[in-house]
Amino acid sequence: MTGPVKWTPLVLFILLGSALTYGLAKPDTTNIRSKMIGASVPSFTLPPAMPGLPGLASSDLATGQPHLVNIFASWCVPCVAEAPQLKMIADAGVPVMGIAVRDRPEALRRFLARNGNPFRAIGADDASQVQMAMGSSGVPESFVVDGKGQILQQVIGPINPEDVAGIVAAVKTAR
Amino acid sequence: MIAEAGLAALWLGAALCALQLIAAGFAVRGQGDLAAIVRPVAVAQAALTALAFGLLILLFVRVDLSVALVFENDHSEKPFLYRFAATWGNHEGSMLMWVAILTVAGAAVALFERKLEERTLLATLGGQAAIGLGFYAFLLFASNPFARLFPVPPEGRGLNPLLQDPGLAFHPPTLYLGYVGLSVAFSFAIGALVTRDVGPVFARAMRPWVLGAWIFLTLGITAGSYWAYYELGWGGWWFWDPVENASLMPWLAATALLHSVTVLATRDGLRAWTLMLAVIAFSMSMVGTFLVRSGILTSVHAFAVDPRRGSFLLALLFIYVGGALALFGARVGTVRAGARFDPVSREAGLVANNLLLSAILGIVLVGTLYPLLVEAATGTKLSVGPPYFDAAAGPLALILVAIMAAGPLLRWRRDNLKPLGRRVAPAAILAVVVMVAVKLAAPAIHILSLLGLALAAGLALASVAPLWKRNLMRTPLFMWGMVVAHLGIAVSLAGMACDSSFTVEKLVAARVGETVAVGPYSITLDAVDPTFGANWQALQATLLARRGDGDTLTLTPQARTYWAPPTETSETAIHTAIDGQLYTVLGKQAADGRWQLRLWWKPFVTLIWAGGALVAIGGALALVGRLWRARRKPAEQWI
Repeated sequence: MTGPVKWTPLVLFILLGSALTYGLAKPDTTNIRSKMIGASVPSFTLPPAMPGLPGLASSDLATGQPHLVNIFASWCVPCVAEAPQLKMIADAGVPVMGIAVRDRPEALRRFLARNGNPFRAIGADDASQVQMAMGSSGVPESFVVDGKGQILQQVIGPINPEDVAGIVAAVKTAR
Repeated sequence: MIAEAGLAALWLGAALCALQLIAAGFAVRGQGDLAAIVRPVAVAQAALTALAFGLLILLFVRVDLSVALVFENDHSEKPFLYRFAATWGNHEGSMLMWVAILTVAGAAVALFERKLEERTLLATLGGQAAIGLGFYAFLLFASNPFARLFPVPPEGRGLNPLLQDPGLAFHPPTLYLGYVGLSVAFSFAIGALVTRDVGPVFARAMRPWVLGAWIFLTLGITAGSYWAYYELGWGGWWFWDPVENASLMPWLAATALLHSVTVLATRDGLRAWTLMLAVIAFSMSMVGTFLVRSGILTSVHAFAVDPRRGSFLLALLFIYVGGALALFGARVGTVRAGARFDPVSREAGLVANNLLLSAILGIVLVGTLYPLLVEAATGTKLSVGPPYFDAAAGPLALILVAIMAAGPLLRWRRDNLKPLGRRVAPAAILAVVVMVAVKLAAPAIHILSLLGLALAAGLALASVAPLWKRNLMRTPLFMWGMVVAHLGIAVSLAGMACDSSFTVEKLVAARVGETVAVGPYSITLDAVDPTFGANWQALQATLLARRGDGDTLTLTPQARTYWAPPTETSETAIHTAIDGQLYTVLGKQAADGRWQLRLWWKPFVTLIWAGGALVAIGGALALVGRLWRARRKPAEQWI
C-alpha cells in the first residue's frame, strides 16, 4: 500500500465522523417545502396492498373532498411512532389514504393489527414509483391533498402530536 | 462507604493507567528503565477496576438506594438474579463493565503473552492504556456509576421489564467480552505499527486474542437474536435495527480479520490489510457504542440518551480511530510488502472472503447511517429497513457461502482449477439436486431462500470434505474447529431459509373454546385467566395444541403488566418440536369478547441459533487447538 491510497481510510473516517458530528448537532426541525407543493398529484393506479381494503388511484384523490395521503411501510420504525397521531387525525373525520412502500400483505396486516388502522384505502407501491413521483424520498411522509387533487402541504418524517391540530385544520379548510 | 471505595478504586485505576501509558511510551523509545513496571501496573489496574465493578454489583444486590444509579434501576422486590443483572442493564453500569473488561484483557496480555517481541508488546500495552484512559475519563466525568443521592428514597424505580429475563444476565456481558476483546487486536496493530514488526510471529501472537473475542461476539449475537425472537413477540429473529447492526459490524470485521490473520501467520501475506482490519474491528465496536448511547438513530432498543455523553464518545472516536488511521497512513508504507500468491490458491480464496465480508460490512454501515447522511444532505428523515439490507447484503452473503465451500478445499500458494473442480464437484452436485428438489416441492419459493437452501446443503458437505481420507484421531483440533464453524454457518443458513419461506402465520380473533389450525397443529383456546408474579400481573391464555393424533400440549402465552415502572409486555409461549417451533402470542380482547391470538408455525427455525452455537464451538475448538499446539511446539512453524 503506497502513495495516497494509504490515507484513504483516514479520509473516509473523517467523512463518517463529520456526518456523526452533524447528527449530534443537528437542529430538530426538518420541515422543508417540496417542489410538489401546489402541483397536482401525479397520475397513478395502485393495486390493493392487502385483502379487505381497496387500492389507491390518483382519481380517488380528485373527488371534491380533501384527503391526507400517508406514505408508510410496516418495516419503518418512525411509522410506528406516528401511528397514534394518524389515528387521531382519522378519528377527527379526515379521510386518510395510505401508500405502502415495498411491503408485503402479511407484514402489513400485522402492522395494522398492532398499531391500529386509520386508512380507508392502501395502495401497494412495490417499486417506490409513486413515492418518487410524489416527491417523497423516505417513509413516513404525509401529503395534504385538496378536492381537486392538488398537493397543499407535505409533512416529512413522522407526524408529531403537536402537528395533529394543524393538519386536521389544513384538511378541513381545503376544498 | 462501598460506593466511595468503588469510586476511589476507579480513580486509582485511572492514575495507574496513565502511568502504564507513560512507562510504555518511554520503554518503547528505549529511554529510562520503566519497562519492568508496565506489566505489573497493567495487572494492578485490572484488579482495581474489577474491584470497582464487584462493589457496584454488591450495591445492586443489597439495593442500596442512597446510590442514584441503584435507585434508578433497582427494586427490592426484584428476584436476586435480576438485581445482580441490573448492574449492567443501564448506561453507567455497562460502561464500568466495559472498562473492567478492557483492563482485564490488558492484564491478560501482560500476563500470558509470551510470543510477541518485547518492544511490540510494550507498545501494545501502551495502546491498551491509551484506550483505557479515554474510557476512564468518560466514566469519571460523564457517567459516574457511584454518585450518591440525598435524601435516600424509600424504593427504587425498577428495571425495564423487557430486560427482566435470564437472557439479560448473560447476553450483554458476552457481547461486551467480544466488543472489548477486540481492543486487544487494535492495540496489537498499534504496537506493530509503532515498531514496524509485522510478520508470522506477530500474526500467531494476535490470532488467539482475535479468536477469543470473536467467539464471545458470535455467542452474544446468537443469544441476542434469540432473546429478541422470544421476548419482543414479533416472530422475527433479526430486525436490522441500528443496535443489532452495531453488533453485527464488529463481527463481520472480526471474521474477516480471523481469516486474514491466518494468511499472515501461514504465508506472511496481507500484512497491511490485516493491520487495517484489526483497527477497523475495534473501531466498529466503538462506532456501535456511540450509535447506541448517543441516541443519534431511532431504534427499538431504548437506552437513556444524553447528548453530552454522545459528544464525549464522539471525541473518543475521533481520537482513537482517527489517531490509529493516521498512524496507519504514516507507517504502513514502511511495513515490508508480504509474500505474493497465485490467483488460484487458498490465499486468494481468503482474500475473496475478506473482500466480500468487507463489502457486506460497508452495506450494513451505509444502511445504518444512511438515514443520518440523507438528513445531513437534504434535511429529510427516513428509514431504510429490511428491504434494502436483504436485497443488498443477501446476494453477497450467498456468494460468500459459495466461496466458503470451496476455500478449505484449495491448496496454499498455488492450485489448479481441474483438481479443485474434482474436489468441489460432490458439494456442487448436492446443491443442484437440493435446488431442483426444493423447487419441485415448493414452486412458489423466493429465489434467495431457494439458493440459501441449496448452498446450505452444498456448504455442509464441503465443510466436512477436508476430513475426507484423513485419520480423524490425528486431525489437528483447529482443523476440526474450522469444519465445525463452517458447518454451523450451513446449519444457520438452512434455518434462515426455512423460516423465511415456510413459516405459517395466523392472526385470529378467537372465542374461548374455539379451535384454529396453524401448520401441522390444531390449537384450542381453552381459557383466559388472570395470574400474577413478584412484580407483575397478567392475563394468561391456556392453549391446547395437538398435532395429528399426538399428545395434547399446553401453551400459556401472557399479556403482562409490570408496575415498577408500569409497562405492558407480551410473554410468548413457544413449543419446540424436532422440526420447528410453535410460537404463540396473546393479544388484546376485542369489543365482542374475542381474544386476539397470533400463532406461528416456524419449521426448522431453531437451526438458526443452533448454527450460531456451532460456529462459536468451532471457534473454541480452534482456540484450544492453537494454544495447545503452541505450548507443545513453541518455536516450530505450523499451518
